[in-house]
Amino acid sequence: MADPMRIRAQANGNKATVRVLMSHEMESGQRKDSSGAAIPAMHITEVSASLNGKVVMTSDWGPAVSKNPFTQFTIKNAKAGDKVAITWKDTKGDTRTDEATVS
Amino acid sequence: MKAIFIASALAVCMLPPAMAQKSAAISAIEEYRALLADGNPAELFEAKGADLWRQKRGPKKASLEACDLGLGAGVVKGAFVQLPRYFADTSRVQDLESRLLTCMSSLQGLDEKAIAKTAFGKGEQKNVTALATWIASESRGETFKLPQAHSQEKAFYEVGKRLFFQRGGPHDFACASCHGSDDQRIRLQDLPNLTKNPGDGIGFAAWPAYRVGNGQMWGMQQRLNDCYRQQRFPFPGFGSDATIALGVYLGVNAAGAKSIAPALKR
Repeated sequence: MADPMRIRAQANGNKATVRVLMSHEMESGQRKDSSGAAIPAMHITEVSASLNGKVVMTSDWGPAVSKNPFTQFTIKNAKAGDKVAITWKDTKGDTRTDEATVS
Repeated sequence: MKAIFIASALAVCMLPPAMAQKSAAISAIEEYRALLADGNPAELFEAKGADLWRQKRGPKKASLEACDLGLGAGVVKGAFVQLPRYFADTSRVQDLESRLLTCMSSLQGLDEKAIAKTAFGKGEQKNVTALATWIASESRGETFKLPQAHSQEKAFYEVGKRLFFQRGGPHDFACASCHGSDDQRIRLQDLPNLTKNPGDGIGFAAWPAYRVGNGQMWGMQQRLNDCYRQQRFPFPGFGSDATIALGVYLGVNAAGAKSIAPALKR
């Protein structure tokens, strides 16, 4: 099972800055193991963010994103106390959702 | 007129030389590091380590909460800045990682020797690194004050000092070749002078750290392993007396430096 994400969401006026750190191998499929065989790709393909249950952002990710990725974005019309949830899906079909409260 | 000329000449002389030498490349690297520091993935390992500390694991199904890191059983805060130190129960000087092995073996019943032989980043070694990361983070901002009261601690300092200056291997290298004087660098990396306190959060006070370049979390043992690899020396072994003696030498020299561990490295 995947390790938890670290989500920080800070309100600033009517916007909230969300910073997310995900724990993921992000194997690109380009690397080879010690015996020379290619390591199959295994990376996050989809990241979505929701504010109080309503999806506000979706993004498609590829193999070029680093291991343990960090992402930051701003949500409009968000205030302290709102719930921000982040979900990622990877090529294995594994998924993880974590939630944080805007402060 | 003459007086003005002399005054301006003096002002030029008084410019600190370091500022004049600081190249655009170095300030660009510093900017890059500052950007990365906002989302240091070491936080992920901190969370994992905190979880592992409380988790009941191993054949004895016990947590590490009764582990004595030098300040009494279960005391984590402030323990990191006083390690390595002498432990009466094992009758030896131990650093954080070797002490964790002792606790994992005595409390949880895990095989200490097998973990020490495991490659870095594999199996239980991953857990040792995560635990070390969390324990270090609990002392963030505190200053190093390694105890030197016990005769063994003094002996380890002297041994560490000799190892630091001992030259050998195909390149006739010693730790001191790179870390023995000020203003040395390797490619674009500034190298700290580890024979004295190199400053807050530099050298000994920065590890465990997350290396962005390879996406790995490294403890002090792995850091020393890599130093030996770069010198083309064989690694003395995980948690060996040689690596701990070096840790005592570096740690005592860093007295007064603030710990920023877990840090973020290139």
